[in-house]
Amino acid sequence: MWSFDSTSMLIAGLLTGIVFGFLLQRGGVTRYNVIVGQFLMKDFTVLKTMLTAIIVGAVGIWGMLAIGMMEPSGLHIKSATLLANGLGGVIFGVGMAILGYCPGTGVAALGDGSRHAWPGLLGMIFGAGVYAEVYPYIMDNLLKVADEGKVTFADVAGISPWWFILGLVMIAGIVFYLLEKPASPNKPTGHSSHHKPGLTGGAA
Amino acid sequence: MPTETCPNGTCLSRLFARKRWSPYVVGTLIGVLSWVSFYGMGKALGTSTTMVHASGIVTGLVAPSHLETNAYYAKEISPPKKAMFDWQFALVIGLVGGALIGSKLIGRDTFKEDVPAVWSARFGPSRAKRYSAAFVGGAVLLFGARMAGGCTSGHGISGGLQLAVSSWTFFFAMFASGVVTAFALFGMKGRNHVEL
Repeated sequence: MWSFDSTSMLIAGLLTGIVFGFLLQRGGVTRYNVIVGQFLMKDFTVLKTMLTAIIVGAVGIWGMLAIGMMEPSGLHIKSATLLANGLGGVIFGVGMAILGYCPGTGVAALGDGSRHAWPGLLGMIFGAGVYAEVYPYIMDNLLKVADEGKVTFADVAGISPWWFILGLVMIAGIVFYLLEKPASPNKPTGHSSHHKPGLTGGAA
Repeated sequence: MPTETCPNGTCLSRLFARKRWSPYVVGTLIGVLSWVSFYGMGKALGTSTTMVHASGIVTGLVAPSHLETNAYYAKEISPPKKAMFDWQFALVIGLVGGALIGSKLIGRDTFKEDVPAVWSARFGPSRAKRYSAAFVGGAVLLFGARMAGGCTSGHGISGGLQLAVSSWTFFFAMFASGVVTAFALFGMKGRNHVEL
C-alpha cells in the first residue's frame, strides 16, 4: 500500500503540479464563477484556455514525433471505448456543473481560497471509491461496447495528423475571432473583466 | 473579457502584475508544460487517477484485504509500475501549492469562498446546502471521469492534443452535458450573476 515512485519522478510530478496549479489560478479557472460561467455560455475563459493548450500541445508533441525527438510509444492514448467515453462524459458534465470544478481545477481551487472545494474533493474521492466497487459490472457491460482501441483520428482516417491540427487551428481561429470581436452596440457589456476581490459569496 | 496578449514576452513584469492572465497566454503555457511532461518525464498531464489512489488509501486503512481483492484497485495501483504515491499523486499535491503561490503570493489575493454568488442567487446562502451539493457533484464528477477513462486534463488536454478519438468523444459529451445541467440548475437568470 505504501509504495512510492522514485524520488526524481515525485519531484518532477510535484514541480509539474506547481506550475500547472499556478497557471490555472492565474488564468482564473480555479474560480467557480468562471467554470459555471462557461457552461452558462457567458464567460469563455475555459474554452479559450483549453483550445489554446490543445493546439500548442499538439504542435509540440506531433512535431517532436515528426522530427524523431519522441517515439510513438511516448504517446498516452486512452482506449476509445466510445460508449463509456461518451456516457462517462455526460455524467462528468453533470458533476462538473454542480461542483463548479473539474478534478484539476477543483484541487487547485483549494489553494486559491475556495472552501467549498474541500467537500468537493471528499466527494471526488468517494466517487472514485464507488466506481472501484462497481467496476466489474461496468467492465462487463460498458467498456466492451464500441471498443475501437487506442486510436487517434489520424489512425482512423488514415491521413496525416497535421490535417487535423490544421483543422483545429482554423476552428479555433474562427471561434476566437467571434469571441473577441468587439460587442455589437446593442449589447453594451461592460469590460470589467477583473474580478472583484469583495466577491466572497455568503460566508456565515 | 478583453485579452491584451503580451507581444514577444517583453512585458513580463506587467503580466505578473495583472490580476488575471489572458487565457491564450495560460493555454499556451499549459501546452508547453505538456511538451515538458511528455518529453522530459514520459507522462501526460492528468489528475483523476489520483482520486482512485486516494480512495485506495482510505480503503486500505479501513479494509486492507478489500484493497487487495478489488479488481479496479488492482488495475490502477500495482507497484512497482503503478505505485500508490506516484508522479501524478505528487502533481495533484503540487496543484494546491501552485495555486496558492499564484493566489496569495503573486496575486496578493484574499479571496475566500464558501458559497459562490451564482449558487446563492439560486439556492440561497446556506453553507450546508452548498457543501452537500459540492460533495455530490464531486462524487458524480469522478464516477464519470473513471468511466470515461479520464477528466478535463487527462482526456481534455492531454488526449485532445494527441487527437485521441476517446478524448474528443469525452470532451463533446461533457461540454454538452455541462451546458444542459448548468442551464437546468441556474436558468437564463443565472447568467446575470456570473461576474465577468
